[in-house]
Amino acid sequence: MSKTQNEDSFWRKYIFSIDHKVIGIQYGVTSLLFLFFGFSLIMVMRWQLAYPNTEIPLIGWMFENRMLSPDMYNSFGAMHGTIMIFLGVVPIIVGAYGNYLIPLQIGAPDMAFPKLNMVSYWCFFVGGIFMLSGFFLPGGAANSGWTSYPPLADIATTGQTVWLFGMVFLITSSLLGSINIIVTIIQLRTEGLTWMRLPFFIWAQLITSFLLVLAFPPLEAAGIFQLMDRLAFTSFFMPSGLIVGGEVISGAGTAYAGGGSPLLWQHLFWFLAHPEVYVLILPAFGIIGEIITNNTRKPLWGYKILVYSVFFLGFMSFIVWAHHMFLTGMGQTMSVFFAITTMIISIPSVVILTCLIISLWGGSIRYNTPMLFALSFLPMFAMGGVTGLPLGIPLSDIHLHDTYYVISHFHYVVAPGTIFAIFAGIYYWFPKITGKKLNEVLGKIHFIFSLIFMNGIFFPMLIQGLAGVSRRLADGGESYAHAQSVIHYNEFMSISAWLLALAQLPFIINIIMTIIKKKDKVVDSNPWNATTMEWACPSPPVAHGNFETQPVAYRGPYEYSVPDKDIDFCPQFEKGDK
Amino acid sequence: MKIPYNEDLRPDTGLYNAKLGIWLFLASEVMLFGGLFSAYIMLRLSDPNWANYGQSALSVPLATLNTAVLITSSVTMVMSWVSLKLKDLNKYSFYMGLTLLCSFGFLIIKYIEYTSKFNHGLFPSTNNFLAVYFTLTGLHAIHVIAGILVNGYFFGPGKKMWNTEPERFTNRIEIAGLYWHFVDLVWIFLFPALYLL
Repeated sequence: MSKTQNEDSFWRKYIFSIDHKVIGIQYGVTSLLFLFFGFSLIMVMRWQLAYPNTEIPLIGWMFENRMLSPDMYNSFGAMHGTIMIFLGVVPIIVGAYGNYLIPLQIGAPDMAFPKLNMVSYWCFFVGGIFMLSGFFLPGGAANSGWTSYPPLADIATTGQTVWLFGMVFLITSSLLGSINIIVTIIQLRTEGLTWMRLPFFIWAQLITSFLLVLAFPPLEAAGIFQLMDRLAFTSFFMPSGLIVGGEVISGAGTAYAGGGSPLLWQHLFWFLAHPEVYVLILPAFGIIGEIITNNTRKPLWGYKILVYSVFFLGFMSFIVWAHHMFLTGMGQTMSVFFAITTMIISIPSVVILTCLIISLWGGSIRYNTPMLFALSFLPMFAMGGVTGLPLGIPLSDIHLHDTYYVISHFHYVVAPGTIFAIFAGIYYWFPKITGKKLNEVLGKIHFIFSLIFMNGIFFPMLIQGLAGVSRRLADGGESYAHAQSVIHYNEFMSISAWLLALAQLPFIINIIMTIIKKKDKVVDSNPWNATTMEWACPSPPVAHGNFETQPVAYRGPYEYSVPDKDIDFCPQFEKGDK
Repeated sequence: MKIPYNEDLRPDTGLYNAKLGIWLFLASEVMLFGGLFSAYIMLRLSDPNWANYGQSALSVPLATLNTAVLITSSVTMVMSWVSLKLKDLNKYSFYMGLTLLCSFGFLIIKYIEYTSKFNHGLFPSTNNFLAVYFTLTGLHAIHVIAGILVNGYFFGPGKKMWNTEPERFTNRIEIAGLYWHFVDLVWIFLFPALYLL
């Protein structure tokens, strides 16, 4: 049997822990650091965009000629995307939130496979180290974009090989993690917790994990092909007669036999990468749902509709991938099919958003920090969703493809969307994790400035994109004739980006101060008067096994403001008269 | 602390944890090989020179022999699990040993095939058919090696569990068996797709 807490060695307790709570925190801290690093990369790139080919202040000594060369710019761009998605947002929203909250919300002592859980974290960690090690290689880190399109990626510098190895580790990690999550949810639900009594967050995590299990392997197949192309000189993605720099590099008499198809990579890549978009957003819906229903003191409106919508969304996300490829010449029939499925998938997204908005109606809303982040998530995600529609129609995509409009669109979904949900969740569950509430004043400062500067960065990008400015220009459009009328926004966006970094200071200070301050204001087990199961265990939860007594679910997850009751919430885990 | 349903069945799902886990893992493996096979189809259909790529250089007799070897190993794998269900550890060891023997046999035959290709100057970089052939069979061979490691562990040091938790050990062999049948099944698809069609 497992040892008691006191007998655990330091290594077992903090480093190679098999406790889901410690692993969740490990995921959270690591991926927050990666998020910060990815953000730092873009802050340097924004200098180059605002003031092209001038010396970088403060950290210029790190770069050749104190400037960001176009090659370095490409490398930074590729690594920004990779780090933010695969090392930042997904590990925090699935790895950290999933690990920490799922066993608590379903009343389980741990995840179903605790050792596998530990292996999954360390695979993620090793994958991250691989990715970062690219920066120290000759030729720099991967520079073919986060999408790694061949044939460019096939002949790129060594950084690309390291990128692929890193991806193999990350894929393994997410595979083990998501299998663990699915088994935990299906097998370890406590007594009385039937399917329709599960919190919405659990549903979101369940569907997300299915997406990860089924969508990642094709990317692994593609990654193996690309590794073969790079290391064994096969031609999976190498067309015949490719000319680079005036020299024929594939076909008879060259290193590559040719005959491959660059489009094949794009199909395999987007078969993962589109469901990946829903991996980013579905758990965010889950977090926002929990926080909104708690702070409006009303049941979540349309719980069953939400669950079915998430199901439908998960299914549809597998058949929309080629809307990223309208301009590759794959043909009219294909484009029409994927345009139609793309329009269909917007329906459940709108249904979910509508349910969340109707949940606000008639509630007595508590405007605390988590709720403010949750409330701003709604219009910000709506911006991201609405700007996506013109990209899903081939006709308008011809104009918008590969412009800053696309950048703005998906950043509205992920940055003030998912990342705001992450912030909301941190403020909401921090008392459960540490036993102490975060400071509300600092939290509100953090919120208001983050909201302003996020929009300061991404809204002007829509205007630039509509004017047709390509997203790939290392000088921000200076040498590009039809960008001239909108190029002045660059400086404004860059300043917003740097100020956004400053706006994170209250958040960091808040966390450090709350952790080190004396335990004079320790919260009880349920500081927000919430109804779901994680609030049944002490704050912080018991080290091994979470709960002091095994909880039982007596009712649905969101019974707030039940008529004829003295208090405005009936927790799932408390036996009542019903 | 004890994780529920590690060996006993959860009443409403009828599963123990690891069995659900292995089926999910196999689902992801289906997607992996699905991606690989789809790529094969797409490359083959879009390449007008495919007929000249020397598919006939592959040895159908050796591959047929390998198919028989692998199917035999699947049968002995089931027998080893059944032996445990019948509480006969010696028979289990006998059948598990046979399974391992067949797995090594498969790899040796595969090795003979590979070297004869290399000796004739046929490499993954020669053309896209050989690239597909070496990548797909190579990945399958890695799966076989993984299976040998798992089965070898249960044949050797892992067997100790039988003395303390026989039920759980039997479950482990069932899980290992499910994986092994999957590896077998992948080969049954690879054989016609690469050698015959």
